[in-house]
Order: sequence, then C-alpha cells, then structure tokens
Amino acid sequence: MTASLLAIELAYWQQTVLRSVGVLAAVLLLAGTLVYVFLFKMMSFMQSRLGPMEAGPYGSMQLLAEVGKWIQKEDIIPWRADRRLFAMAPYVVVLAVFLILAAVPFGPDAWFTDLDVGIFYVLAVSSISVLGILLAGWASANKYSLLGGLRAAGQLIAYELPMVLAVVGVVIQAGTLNMQGIVAAQADGEIFGFSGIGNPYIITQFVGFFIFLVSMQAELTQAPFDMPIAESELVSGYMTEYSGMRFLLFFIAEFASVGAFSAVAATLFLGGWALPGMDLDADYMNVVGPIVLLVKIMLVSFVVFWVRFTYPRFREDQLQQLAWKFLIPLSLVNILATMALKVAW
Amino acid sequence: MTVTERQQLAYVDAQAAEGRVNVELETDEGMVINLGPQHPATHGTLRITAKLDGEQVVWADVVPGYMHRGYEKLTEVRTYPQITTLVNRIDWLGSFANEVPFILAAERLMEIEAPPRARHIRTILFEMARIANIVLFLGDLGVQLGAVTPAFYAFRDREHVLDQIEAVTGGRFHPNFDRIGGLRDDLPKGWVADTKAVMARIRDFCDEVEALLFGNEIFQARTRGVGVIPPEVALSYGLTGANLRATGVDWDLRRDGDVGLAHREVDWRVWTHPDGDSFARCWVRLQETREATGIVDQLCDGLPGGPIMAKVPRIIKVPAGEAYVATENPLGVTGYYLVSKGDLGPFRVKIRSASFSNVSIVPWLLRGVYVPDIITILASLYFILGDIDR
Amino acid sequence: MAEIPTPKAPGLVKGLGVTLKTMAKTMFPSRGVRTLVPAPSQGAATVQYPHEKETPPPRARGVIALKEDNCTVCMLCARSCPDWCIYIEGHKATAPPRRPGGRPRTVNELDRFDIDYALCMYCGICVEVCPFDALFWSPEYEYSELRLADLLHDKERLGQWMETVPDFEPYEAGSEQKVRKVPR
Repeated sequence: MTASLLAIELAYWQQTVLRSVGVLAAVLLLAGTLVYVFLFKMMSFMQSRLGPMEAGPYGSMQLLAEVGKWIQKEDIIPWRADRRLFAMAPYVVVLAVFLILAAVPFGPDAWFTDLDVGIFYVLAVSSISVLGILLAGWASANKYSLLGGLRAAGQLIAYELPMVLAVVGVVIQAGTLNMQGIVAAQADGEIFGFSGIGNPYIITQFVGFFIFLVSMQAELTQAPFDMPIAESELVSGYMTEYSGMRFLLFFIAEFASVGAFSAVAATLFLGGWALPGMDLDADYMNVVGPIVLLVKIMLVSFVVFWVRFTYPRFREDQLQQLAWKFLIPLSLVNILATMALKVAW
Repeated sequence: MTVTERQQLAYVDAQAAEGRVNVELETDEGMVINLGPQHPATHGTLRITAKLDGEQVVWADVVPGYMHRGYEKLTEVRTYPQITTLVNRIDWLGSFANEVPFILAAERLMEIEAPPRARHIRTILFEMARIANIVLFLGDLGVQLGAVTPAFYAFRDREHVLDQIEAVTGGRFHPNFDRIGGLRDDLPKGWVADTKAVMARIRDFCDEVEALLFGNEIFQARTRGVGVIPPEVALSYGLTGANLRATGVDWDLRRDGDVGLAHREVDWRVWTHPDGDSFARCWVRLQETREATGIVDQLCDGLPGGPIMAKVPRIIKVPAGEAYVATENPLGVTGYYLVSKGDLGPFRVKIRSASFSNVSIVPWLLRGVYVPDIITILASLYFILGDIDR
Repeated sequence: MAEIPTPKAPGLVKGLGVTLKTMAKTMFPSRGVRTLVPAPSQGAATVQYPHEKETPPPRARGVIALKEDNCTVCMLCARSCPDWCIYIEGHKATAPPRRPGGRPRTVNELDRFDIDYALCMYCGICVEVCPFDALFWSPEYEYSELRLADLLHDKERLGQWMETVPDFEPYEAGSEQKVRKVPR
C-alpha cells in the first residue's frame, strides 16, 4: 500500500508494520474462510451431510472454537525428539505462506510488495515449506513421521519443476515476471486479435493451467497427492506428533497455502484482481480488486478441494512417474508451442 | 533370517506387546514398523509387524488376538437362544449371517426343517446382512485409499438397509432373530414394498461407487496388479468368499452347498474374476452386492405364505450328536461345528470364521510390496476383527 | 467369467460428476419454484439431533417395560438372560379364594424387579420367554443417565415404560401369525 492510498505520509517503518499486519490478517482470514466454506461446508454437502451447525449460526464459529481448543492444549514433545527443530518446523511452513502472499497484488495500489521478479520470487519461496516438512518429519523421532517427511520431500521437489515450466509459458506471453505486469497483460491483451475479454491465460495457456493445477495440488499435498499425510497409513505423516498450537500452525499453513497458491493461479491465469473492461488505474479498483481476486481464489480453491474430496491417492512411485514422465514433457511441449505462436503472431 | 534373529524379534515383539518400552531392533536390513493394534488401516485391533527396506516390505507377520473374547468358551455355558444373541457380535457388520449356520447346525441335529416362509425370510435377511456388510466395505475401501467421500455415501445408503432390518427384528446391528425351527416373528405390514425400494437405492449406490471409485484411473492404478494371489495358493491357505472367487475359482456355498436356505429357488449368478489382484477382489464384491439386491427382490416377490415357526418344544434340548454347517457369509465361509450332549446348551461349538483364514495369507502376500500397497491389500482382503479373533 | 467394465467417460471426470451432483442435490433439494434456494438442512442426510428426532420403528428394542400385574415371579426371564441383568425377588403369599367357599390360593408376589441397563444386551430373550405377557419392548431410547447406578430401573420405572409400548403391528400378507394385544 503506497502512501498515496491513505493521503498521509507514512515513514518506511510504519509502512512495514502495516504491511506485516496486513499479510498476517490476509493469511488468517483467507485460511479461515477457506476452512469454513470448503472444509466444513462444501465437503459436507458433497458427502450428503451438514457439517458443523451448532457453534454459531450454521457453524460459522466452529473454527473459532477449534482454534480456542487447540491453543489451550498441552504442549507435548516426544522425549527423543530434537526440541529446537521440532518447535521450528511449523513456523517455517507458515513462513512460506506469508512470503508467497506478500507478492500477490490485490489492486493497482493494494499490494504488499511489488517485485520486478514477482513470479520468480513466488516460485522460489514456495519451496521453503518443503524444508519445514522435512524438519517436522525428522525431528519427530517417529518412523511414520519420517516416512511421511521423506515422501513429502520427494514429491514436492518433483512437482516444482512442472509448476515452474507451466509458469514459463505465461511469462513468455506476458513478457514480464512482474505480477502487476502479468495482470495488466491479461486485462489489456488480445486473443488472436479479439480483445473483448482481454487475454486471460486460462484460455490461451490452458495446457499450462492444467499443469499448474496438478502441480499445485501436489505442492499442497492434497489428495490425490497426499501420500505424505496418508491418513490411513501414517496417521498424519509428518504431522503425527504435533498437537495443540503447533498443529494449529500446520493446519493454518495448509489452508492458507491453498489460498496463496490459488491467488497466484488466479493472478497468472484468471486475470488477477482485474476484470476485462475495467479501468485499471482507478482508485476504486483498490476496493473492488481484492473482492474480484477473492472470488477468483474461491473458484480455484473450489476446484482444488473438489478434486481432493473425490479422488483416492496416488502411490509414491506413481506420483513421481506422473511428474517426471508426463507433466514435465507436456510442459516443455507447451513452452515450445507458446514460443512458436508468440513469434508467429 | 537366522533362527536366533527370529527369536530375537519374537522376544522383542513379546516385550513390546506387554506394554513395556517399545524397543526397536535396527538391523542392517531394514526398519521394523508396527501397524499396531490401534491403526486407522486395520479394521479393528489387528497388529502387523513388518520389516521394511526403504519402502518395501522384507518380512511381515500378523499378530491377531487383541480382540479375543472367548466365544467358544462362552458357548459352553450358555443356552441356544443366548448363544444366538452372542454370535451376532462375531461379524458385527453382517450380524444376521452369523446366526444362520449355528441355527442350521442345531436344526440338523434336531432333524427339524424350518417352514418355507421362514426359510425365505431367513435368506432375505441373510442377503441383507451381506449387503450391509459389503456396502460398508466399499465405503471403507475408499477411505483406505484416500477417497473420503464414498464412505459417507456408503453409510448413508446402508442406513436404509439397517432400518429395514430394524423394522423386522427390532435391532439394527444385532438382530437376534433366528430361532431353531424358524424365526422369532413375521414381517410387519409394508415391509416387502419398503425393502424393494431400499434395494433400488443400493443399486444406485453401487453405480455411484463404480463411477467414483472403480472407474477412477487412480484407483485402478493403485489396485490392479497389487497383491496377486494365484488360485492354488488361495486354496492352500484356506481363503474363501470373494477373495477366492477373485482368483478365478468358481466356488460358492450358496450354490454348491446344501443348507436350509432358499438360494436354489431364485435366479442368480456367481461372480469370478481371473486376475486375483486387489481390484479383482473389490470388483467381485461390488458385483456380489448387486447380485444380492436381485436375490432379495426375487425372494420378496415369491414369498410363500405359511407359519413362521416349525413345531418345536417350549424348552429346546438338542439331541446328542455332532453337526457341521458352513454357509457363504459376507466375509467368506463361516462354519459352526456343534457338539451336543442333549442339554439346554451345546457341549462345544467350534467356530470356523472366514477372516481368520483370510488373514493367514497376509505374511505370504506382503513380501516385497510397498508400504502403501500394504494398506491396499489389507483393505481388499477385507476382514473384521471380531471374525478373526472371536 | 469376468466382464471387466470399460467406463464410457474417463473415470476421473465421472467421479467429479458424482460428487458435484451430490453437492447440488444436498444444497438444492427442492423442486419447482424454490429450486434455487439453498436448503441444505433438508437435502442432507443428517438428522440434527436433538432439534430433530428420528422415530424408530415400533419393534425397535429401546427399553423393556414391565406389566407388574401379569408377573408371577416364575424367574424364567432372569434365568434366560445371557448377562444375568434381571434381579427378581418375590415371596409367597396367601390370596383370598377366587370363588366364595373355595380354598385360599398361594400366589407369588413380586417384591423386586430390577433390570440393569448397564448390562443389558438388548437381545430380547426375556421378553420372548415370558409366558405371562409381562414384559414388552418399547422403542424409547432417551434414558441416558449421568450416573451408572441410575441405569438400574426398578419396578416402578419399568411400569412407567408401559405407557410408551406401541401396539403390535399387523403382519405382511401371507403370514399366519396372530397379532398379539398389549395389556393396558
């Protein structure tokens, strides 16, 4: 948020504090909304049931109750666990989510940071959560957690490549790594000369979108790629030994990262905070933009959770085969096709 | 493995099982994990010790017995009606099916035949027990493999079957309805029509599960070729039920046995599958559920009139003798070997439970499989702890 | 004989269709004018206990009721219970003769008839063996207590359950059973 937004001059440190609090609020609210709408309600409706209904009207206060419950639980650390790593792991995973969300623009002037290497930075920091998961798996001194952590490491590293390659197609078309630039390119662009709806890359980069969605599903360790948390085998995988506040952090990180990645996907493929036909520099877009982006986040998250609640999970080696033998070649072909078409048109 | 190493591991197992410090023996070959008695994957308190090399199983062993309730000892000090109610709880999901072979064995010793109406209703409830059991298996299959949604559909549609069983017998899970000579009571008015509607719902559920699970490429990738059992091995381990039919052996006691149920009077088929892998086992059970709904429909249509109970004395004393009756229960072949000395209760009852034999193949089957495949195999073999441990 | 099914649409897509359809049916169960009003409370299979309650069928084995007048303290129910959860005490008493000029009769009088529902298996053997129609099933199920000892229902409480016992239902066509009557 630049100073001109509030029409008062803020010192740099004041801006930083505001932005930090803003990111915190964004992450928590996003996680809370996604948990309520998708985990409590959409999953329940897909399973012919109602979900939580007692805590608050239609169960809206359930998350608050659960947060309160987890906070007041006893802090248990296994006696053979590495205490410092054990304590550090949830924070590392949550950190990754903050860092991703900090680079996503919500409006023409409503952003936390506007980096020139926006999307490059986002893809880079998304791998910090892998470290956190590995830490959790190792530090738990539990064989199941170790198995889960190792599986997660292999899976997350394998699926970063298709994600990066899918984004390359977008970057080629937009011509910039800057997130605001990508939004502008989609709003102002044309599809083969037709400029009515701009150029949302979901239409022209549909292969890239598909690859990005699949890789996103794997990066978020959601079914069908949730081997690391395979509930029926490893209880909770790397999260098994975590209880109370630490588990709450993992939980928030899981859903906030769904939101963060959906925000990135919405920005890259659905047009971000802009809608075709809207004035991109107007001041009111700083209010309308976040709302538009939220709607798009919900759309992408809906697809993510829809797939999660429907499919069984892949086995680890099948997962790796899918990444290396199918997604990466496909994304390379996608890049080649994008380059050819970009040059030809 | 050398003998001493096996003894070492057995000692460690015994120590850990007594609840003392869980000593892990880290050998060079691999890590020993415990799919312990409390685990989401095992349907109850079954313990599987597996030695892993990375993600592959080198050696596995099954440790049952955590749920042993002493049924065979209990039957020595109970009367026949009391035993009928107790054996409901052996295979608690298809509970009416447990009563049937026991009652049939007693009827064989008494040389009584239940009237045709009782036979038909017995068969209807027997098949409904099969449906209730296998529908839950189909739901649980999804959960074991990661798909959470089919489980809820299974419970939702199974409720209707349980409602029908409750409308007749008074109990959803433990009917306690079979009696020597017939059944306890007759059907209430309107039951037949309601049951046929419920069977239609179960068929819809089977279609839903087929679309959601069986047609799913991920499910097929997880289950095809996993846990293949050749038919000779299956027969030598005593596998029965859908597990055996999924290896290609065409054997079903409902058609091939000669017990007092009404299966011979209706039109149905036995489903087999040549592959013998996990997909085959699950698929055979799905088809059997559909077939069972057809059997129930036909039996409901052709329900004969008549008494519900043969002429039996008030106080039943089964004459001395021995009889073994086995039926094709939802889990496999369940048999009761009844030894009577002419008292109010039996002298000895030996229960041949299907899951105990089905689970005996697990050590052979789990060699060389990956850890996730352990879950797939256990889920597809389908056992119920009450049936293993009795 | 095996017919391996070949799905017409890719299974992945069909599966998504099933869950979406269920979600739509749960959220929008109504037909007609109110089609687009989300009403998940009606569409879902959940019965929101204790706000809504399900009625079990009349034969449901909820609780056992005692008709004290019919009980002759024959002890058959207590003997046949698999858990021995029925506690009966009675004494012999002399009752006046049935007709004037007859001799006095010895009858059993019931002192104590307790059923311990903490032990009861709800099997119904006691109800079945009673030769004098003194025990009946009632579908009532809401009698949870805070103390385990309160689950021991005495004579008076068991008599109160008689009010909740439903009449016996008529039978399906083809049955030769006679419908019994509940003594009120």
